[in-house]
Amino acid sequence: MGITAAAARDEFQEELVIRPLHSGDIYASFQFRTLWDTDFLQEGQKVSHYRLFPKSLGQVLSKFSVRELHISFTQGFWRTMQWGQPFIPSPPGAELWVWFHDTVSDVDGNWKELTNVLSGIFCASLNFIDLTNTVQPSASFKPLGLGNATDHRFLRYATLPREIVCTENLTPWKKLLPCGSKAGLAVLLKSEKLFHSSFHSQAVHIRPVCQHKNGLDFAKILDAPSFCIHLCINCYLHLFTEWSLFKMFSRTLTEACPLATSSKVYVDITDNPEGELFELSPATPLLSQAVVLGDRRTYSVFDLTRAETFGQLRSLNLLLRWKGDGGEMLRPLLHAERYVAGFGLQTGEIHTVIYNNHPYRAFPVLLMDSVPWYLQLYIHTLTVTSKSRDNKPSYIHYQPAKDRHRPHLLEMLIQLPPHSMTEVTVQFERALLKWTEYTPDPNHGFYVGSSVVSALVPSMVAMSTNFTQDQPLFSSFVPVKEESSYFVRVYTEPLLVNLPTPDFSMPYNVICLTCTVVAVGYGSFYNLLTRTFQVDEPSLPLAKRLANLIRRIRGVPLLT
Amino acid sequence: MDNSPKTENSLTIYPFVVPNLLISYCCILVMPEKQRGRYAALAIAAVVIVVGIPLWWKTTETYRAWLPFSEISELDSLQLQLSVDIEVVFSRGTLTPEQQKKFPLSHVNEKEHQVDVSIPELLTSPSTEADLSLHMLSESSCGSVVVYVIPESSTLLPEDVKVYVGQRRTALLRSPPFKTSWNLKEVLSNLDVEVEQVVSTMSFGHQDIVAALSNRVRMTKVTKESMADSMRAIKSSPGYEITFSLLNPDPKSHSLHWDIEGAVQSYIQPLLNKLAPIANFSVDSQILYYAVLGVNPRFDNSVSAYTLSADSLSHVINPVEARLGSNAASSNPVLNFLLYVPDAHHSPLFIRDHSKRKVPSNAFHSPRWGGIMVYNVNEMYGPEAERPVDININMAKVMGVFLAQLRLMLGVQHTHPPTGFVLQSPGSAGLADWELDRLLWSRSVENIATASTTITSLAQLLDQIGNIVINDNIAQQVSSAVTSLQSAVAELEAGNLAFALQYSREAILASERAFFDPSLLHLLYFPDDQKFAIYIPLFLPMCVPIVLSLLKIVSEAKKRRADKQAKSD
Repeated sequence: MGITAAAARDEFQEELVIRPLHSGDIYASFQFRTLWDTDFLQEGQKVSHYRLFPKSLGQVLSKFSVRELHISFTQGFWRTMQWGQPFIPSPPGAELWVWFHDTVSDVDGNWKELTNVLSGIFCASLNFIDLTNTVQPSASFKPLGLGNATDHRFLRYATLPREIVCTENLTPWKKLLPCGSKAGLAVLLKSEKLFHSSFHSQAVHIRPVCQHKNGLDFAKILDAPSFCIHLCINCYLHLFTEWSLFKMFSRTLTEACPLATSSKVYVDITDNPEGELFELSPATPLLSQAVVLGDRRTYSVFDLTRAETFGQLRSLNLLLRWKGDGGEMLRPLLHAERYVAGFGLQTGEIHTVIYNNHPYRAFPVLLMDSVPWYLQLYIHTLTVTSKSRDNKPSYIHYQPAKDRHRPHLLEMLIQLPPHSMTEVTVQFERALLKWTEYTPDPNHGFYVGSSVVSALVPSMVAMSTNFTQDQPLFSSFVPVKEESSYFVRVYTEPLLVNLPTPDFSMPYNVICLTCTVVAVGYGSFYNLLTRTFQVDEPSLPLAKRLANLIRRIRGVPLLT
Repeated sequence: MDNSPKTENSLTIYPFVVPNLLISYCCILVMPEKQRGRYAALAIAAVVIVVGIPLWWKTTETYRAWLPFSEISELDSLQLQLSVDIEVVFSRGTLTPEQQKKFPLSHVNEKEHQVDVSIPELLTSPSTEADLSLHMLSESSCGSVVVYVIPESSTLLPEDVKVYVGQRRTALLRSPPFKTSWNLKEVLSNLDVEVEQVVSTMSFGHQDIVAALSNRVRMTKVTKESMADSMRAIKSSPGYEITFSLLNPDPKSHSLHWDIEGAVQSYIQPLLNKLAPIANFSVDSQILYYAVLGVNPRFDNSVSAYTLSADSLSHVINPVEARLGSNAASSNPVLNFLLYVPDAHHSPLFIRDHSKRKVPSNAFHSPRWGGIMVYNVNEMYGPEAERPVDININMAKVMGVFLAQLRLMLGVQHTHPPTGFVLQSPGSAGLADWELDRLLWSRSVENIATASTTITSLAQLLDQIGNIVINDNIAQQVSSAVTSLQSAVAELEAGNLAFALQYSREAILASERAFFDPSLLHLLYFPDDQKFAIYIPLFLPMCVPIVLSLLKIVSEAKKRRADKQAKSD
């Protein structure tokens, strides 16, 4: 009895999705999900016995009354136009957003402590998150999990675009997996290969979800939500005409994680129905169809829990050989980019360009910008134009910055006309910082985090809204509420802005210069005050002295 | 302008006068002119010394709040006086009516403890009758001891038992033969030796106090055993995290299940509830897969089992510890208890002690860190069993070992009662009241010692480095630590153990807060050469003329005096 109860309470799933692209590039997305039927926020009782769920994160959730936690560390920038939409988007650098439970009284205090604890857990500099880079978006970041909290007082969002992601962040991340990197798909996560990719992102998403079994019994769900932790790694590797698991990760798969209830590898073969484009070996009879990001895709499935997957060699080394070339990738329907315009070090202009590539449908998007206080936005210069016509946002939420206390927050709901480009511009002035506020390398410039574009994009095919059906993890991360559209979040490039930077040896030069000036002035003044004047025998001019010399020789009386 | 510049007022105009004009006056004004220059130089020097230097001093000084240095230095030579309330109750038939008349009487007995460590045999015959009678007696306050003196001929205790110590704070003492002619004082002084033995068993002995002060005083005459005891016990802290980890290095063959929740409820929680006055405890557990020990066990053919020798145990912990993870949500010390189930290929695994014998519990502990137990499961399934094998862990067996280790870590030491003493077993809570008292006594002393060490070293540090800013908040923490310490000492003296412990905990908290305050770190340490470099461009050109003119004035004054002397001669 005890065994079955305990076994049913938490489960672990792992999967790897590989999407080959025509350029020979590979998009590999690892997802590990632990589902635990428990309530961290229950009053009085402390959850303290962990099996598959990582203890360190569980303690964080219960101590800080966290309802949802999303954290990502990304190296590189995801090029949506060339690579398509990622399954789970993330901005360059570190991003952290947290929904606190509504019983928390001191949200800012909890947030501060939480960032410090997380920076310890992930070996990252999240402790640099403070009130000057934290915002409370009113509409862009809704809880992804259960419950429809709308009071954004309990939401905190911060990005650190400068954060550099490296091996030291991957090691603690791998420790959160029940099997570590000893078995299952995680054996492929070797840092020397992963960090050679053009794009690398690792994320942890924790949220309350409803259980599969009583998915429709809402009363029961609200009583006891189960917590789901999603650990994902996306990486984008550049390879040539042929790739294999061994070539990509310098490992092959030999077993599933023994604790996982499902362990699968998906390879996207949508563009290759008859095998004319590439050849995939070993061949698998298992095919799966899923609707992902508004598109119906076909996948070859390798189920690692079955012994026959590994064949005689007892190892699975997927091999893909390109045969032909051609075929166009489906252009993403939503795309955004951003840049800084202007010249000089005083003023500038931020341009955000959002593209709607849908041929005939208009749809609204939520644009969120969080700009540090040292770029002083002139909000009256805000213009939104699409198709060279003024496009009035239907909703604007603007919170002005306070110097050294909080950043600007600008949120807008913009209707994008079909097949159009919408440009949002706003002018700013650069502030002069105090000399201790400059970063160690100030001439490099200051980062401004990505803008976030969130939208429900009209889908070409009907999305599946059935939660009860077993879906691959990558397609069910964001819950789909209606069939006709799907949720997409697009991050733009972070900006690098130069601020007027002083010469840092200046203070000493100034001290020396002023001291010298003061000393010279003082010296002459002092001399005048204290010098005493005495009558001196005026000495004879040179001509007279010479004359006297001659006179002395001649014996004539001297001149005076 | 053409006024004769005799007054001080007109003198100041001089800098603006054309030199030519001056020269014409020179012959008349030689003496006043010289005088004026001298006065001006002296005045400027005076301004610099009276206004400039104090102003510079005041504006560059660091803020240092007042600290009670004198009281802190008193703490350095702290004298603790511990007093125990002992109530001696004579049961009917022990005293003659004349002796009874003289009740009540309080009798203060101050003595230095000199406890001999002897190794007595533990008598394992608790007399239930005696315990029952003790239970019925009234509850006594924390830290006190009640001694019931029963007649020599009483059958309550077995023949050879002199003293019986119950689960509470009470003891039964078989009275030695009294002479009926003795008055009460004589009776009591006759009981002194026994009472003292009882107290050193139930409250504290010399060794306990020395061990508690071990980080304060250099230990000289301490037995190896009590030294080991004090090293083993985790240091006093306001809270502890207890973590149970199940290490399963081979999840492919073993699917382990442990009812840790129930086990903690039934075995650990009663003890922790009892210890609640000492510290806050939080318990959690985790299962770690693919966690291996740091050493490869050696296969021993003679017993056909793998063995870990005592020497290799020190290498076991480090690799595991990287997986354990610290508690992210608190900074209290962590006590780790690891249950290691060896993988199928390395089973069974036994731990051997230094004399190469199998350790019966198959467990060991690391001082102040925690314990590790090896749990062999190879006998629970046959070779044909389907992998992974479901295995339920026998929590009673495991928790028995962990509970014993936990008692050691928490410093519940084995007492060594003198011969003729019987100790009642602690019962379901795992801890008798008087054992708790012993712990409270040594913890209070230890807390006081630690807090006073912290405060004195902080005061020393602040005294030595003059650049550190001392904020009001730190000063307040320091003085509250000092007052708490003083009240703790006073309460110990008065015998109020519970209050003494509470004050000593407050003292330790306040002293740690002051010591680790981040504001002490932001000291504006500019090296002296940098300060010199900043000051030189201003101070050198300013000071040189002043010093030179002062020198000149002095030398002139000397010359004049010499002239005068020559004239008078």
